[in-house]
Amino acid sequence: MLKNEEELVITIDAKGMYYKELNKMIKDGIGAGEKKFFIENVNGQYYLGDGIQGDDIIITINGVPGNDLGVFMDGPTIIVNNDAQDNIGNTMNAGKIVIKGNAGDVVGYGMRGGRIYIAGDAGYRIGIHMKGYIEQIPVIIIGGKVGSFFGEYMAGGIMILLGLNISDEIAGDYFGVGMHGGVIYLKKKIDFSKYSKEVEFSEADDNDMVVLKKYLLEYANDLNLHYDEIISGVFYKISPSSARPYAHLYAS
Amino acid sequence: MTKSSFSNIQPEFLALIDDTKCVRCKRCIQNCGWGTYSFGGDKIIADHYKCVACGRCYTYCPEDAISVVKNPTVMRENANWHDYHIKNIWKQSEISGIIISGMGTPLKYKKYFDHMLLDACQVTNPSIDPLREPMELRTFLGKKPSKLELDFTEDGEPILKNPMPPQIELQTPFIFAPMSYGSISLNAQKAMALAAKALGIVMNIGEGGLHDDLVPFGKHIIVQVASGRFGVHRDYLNSGIAVEIKIGQGAKPGIGGHLPGEKIGMDISRTRMIPLGTDAISPAPHHDIYSIEDLRQLIFAIKEATDYKKPVSVKVAAVHNIAAIVSGIVRAGADIVYIDGFTGGTGAAPAIVRDNTGIPIELALAQVDERLRQEGIRNEASLIAAGSIRSSADAVKAIALGADAVAIGTAALVVMGCHVCGKCHTGNCSWGITTQRSELVRRLDPEVYGERLYNLITAWSHEIMEVLGSMGVNSIESLRGSRERLRGVELTDSELQVLGIKHAGL
Repeated sequence: MLKNEEELVITIDAKGMYYKELNKMIKDGIGAGEKKFFIENVNGQYYLGDGIQGDDIIITINGVPGNDLGVFMDGPTIIVNNDAQDNIGNTMNAGKIVIKGNAGDVVGYGMRGGRIYIAGDAGYRIGIHMKGYIEQIPVIIIGGKVGSFFGEYMAGGIMILLGLNISDEIAGDYFGVGMHGGVIYLKKKIDFSKYSKEVEFSEADDNDMVVLKKYLLEYANDLNLHYDEIISGVFYKISPSSARPYAHLYAS
Repeated sequence: MTKSSFSNIQPEFLALIDDTKCVRCKRCIQNCGWGTYSFGGDKIIADHYKCVACGRCYTYCPEDAISVVKNPTVMRENANWHDYHIKNIWKQSEISGIIISGMGTPLKYKKYFDHMLLDACQVTNPSIDPLREPMELRTFLGKKPSKLELDFTEDGEPILKNPMPPQIELQTPFIFAPMSYGSISLNAQKAMALAAKALGIVMNIGEGGLHDDLVPFGKHIIVQVASGRFGVHRDYLNSGIAVEIKIGQGAKPGIGGHLPGEKIGMDISRTRMIPLGTDAISPAPHHDIYSIEDLRQLIFAIKEATDYKKPVSVKVAAVHNIAAIVSGIVRAGADIVYIDGFTGGTGAAPAIVRDNTGIPIELALAQVDERLRQEGIRNEASLIAAGSIRSSADAVKAIALGADAVAIGTAALVVMGCHVCGKCHTGNCSWGITTQRSELVRRLDPEVYGERLYNLITAWSHEIMEVLGSMGVNSIESLRGSRERLRGVELTDSELQVLGIKHAGL
């Protein structure tokens, strides 16, 4: 572990390090009042940033972090300069995760607050059971395309799927299946057969554009993308048709 | 359903009022959560269709003027075409939909606890008098080291080389089973919290989040992480004595949870951290768990978030191949495995699942304990058995079959007045237990029922001491997994083999 006194950055070389050791090092650093961490040579270590707290903590990662990056996280920012794996931001409460490459499956499962910005593609079940609670509005933005079950059981929050530089379909099947809260915005239409029965499709209106502008500006800044190109054109909105999609199935 | 909406289904019960005794105090009208009673000008009128025989009205009738009886005109008896089937066919043909019910299955399945008898000492080995001799019921839940390595201080005092894994200390081998705020009322949870604290045991708050009022009881609370992840955050995980991952429930193995939107009021919304009025859906699987390896991943995500200071429990329903499943869970790193038998309770489940899925806890427990012993990993995790533990006798037999402790859910609700009417899912519980209607909830006094829960568990603990004494052992630890102290009656060879016990007489 090296400490750059001028920039106050703690540098950790994670090469060959077990996740338990690495996480303890980060947690001990936060406990000692450190705010900035640079971790290099990360190679699949699980649980980076698991349950850490503090709005002013920034962790920058070189290399590919393992599953459950930022699980139960409550405030800090994690920036990954490469791809990342599954379960990013699992049950996350607050904070920000920026992935400059692609993400794996199940991003933001049960996420209640904070933002996850992914530059590239993401896998299956993105934003599954995402929530949202009073002032906590979780946000996931995906630059590329995604797999099936996007927004499954979504109960709150905002997801934006951009499909930048994608020529074919930007989402898989069962789009928004079981969705009963929150909102999804699309920059490109997808085949209507992919939408689940539980969602409704419309064009984004002025109020929606206020929301989109706010988050896409930050997204573009964090990922060094051209905001004007991203925000130009029409956006589409997917909302749940009912807050109680399965009520009709039961007899008591 | 009333007569005016025509149905083939006749009332199951008749709420009869003796007008000569009735003083028209209207207490029954006020007490019934189902709206059975109304005042007809000169007397109380009952709409029998609404009565569920929850027992509230006659318990609180000051004149003993009410009797609730089974409708004598019901149906012609038929052992094959039982009225359970006929009524369900009518119900589903009239309104369609999946039949939902509350509580454990009411169907008649063999209860193995009722076919096992305990051993006792006679002549050759002395029994112990628990009233005058020490008797240990204390139980520790958590991973136990396979061997103890000791260092010695300068004074020659032995100290453990490696720290003991985190444990839950129980003064008696009972815990209150997971029941969420939402499925039951906050007052019902508070009653259990008060009792757990007074008894030195723990309650499990279920998957509905931790209400602020329960935070001070943290040392007596197991917090749960289910697929809906309601109210789960870093502080929540650290607020209890242990964390439980809920995979399954005995009453509805393989089925998720579903608290309807109309029950998500302000306070529940806050506790579950979800928007007001939306359905609280717990998907059937955890979508980050598709394998034992994935389970391990969540177990250790929780251990990392709690700095390895809390035991992690995994709750599963007893199903076919449960022994192999639990072996996998233990190898995935669980410190405690909670096994819920198929007669366990629920706030709401499809009746088809509740009444037909899973296996009895007695058989599951015997097989799990045996398997873990064979594999040499029994010390790696403690076992909690649940699924309608109705008495201290059931608890003793479960422990002899291999459980470290038992969980009681329905029995705890019965303490609070529950008559097991099975209508928890409707939210109209007249006893203030499985309802969020404030006028019903406030009648459940947490202090009164906390004390009664304390009384029950204290009485059961004394009964367990009596039986331990009669068996000549002075610690519950000595009975744990000691199947030699059990004998079966009216059981087949296969049943005896699965249970790992001999037939009575042998």
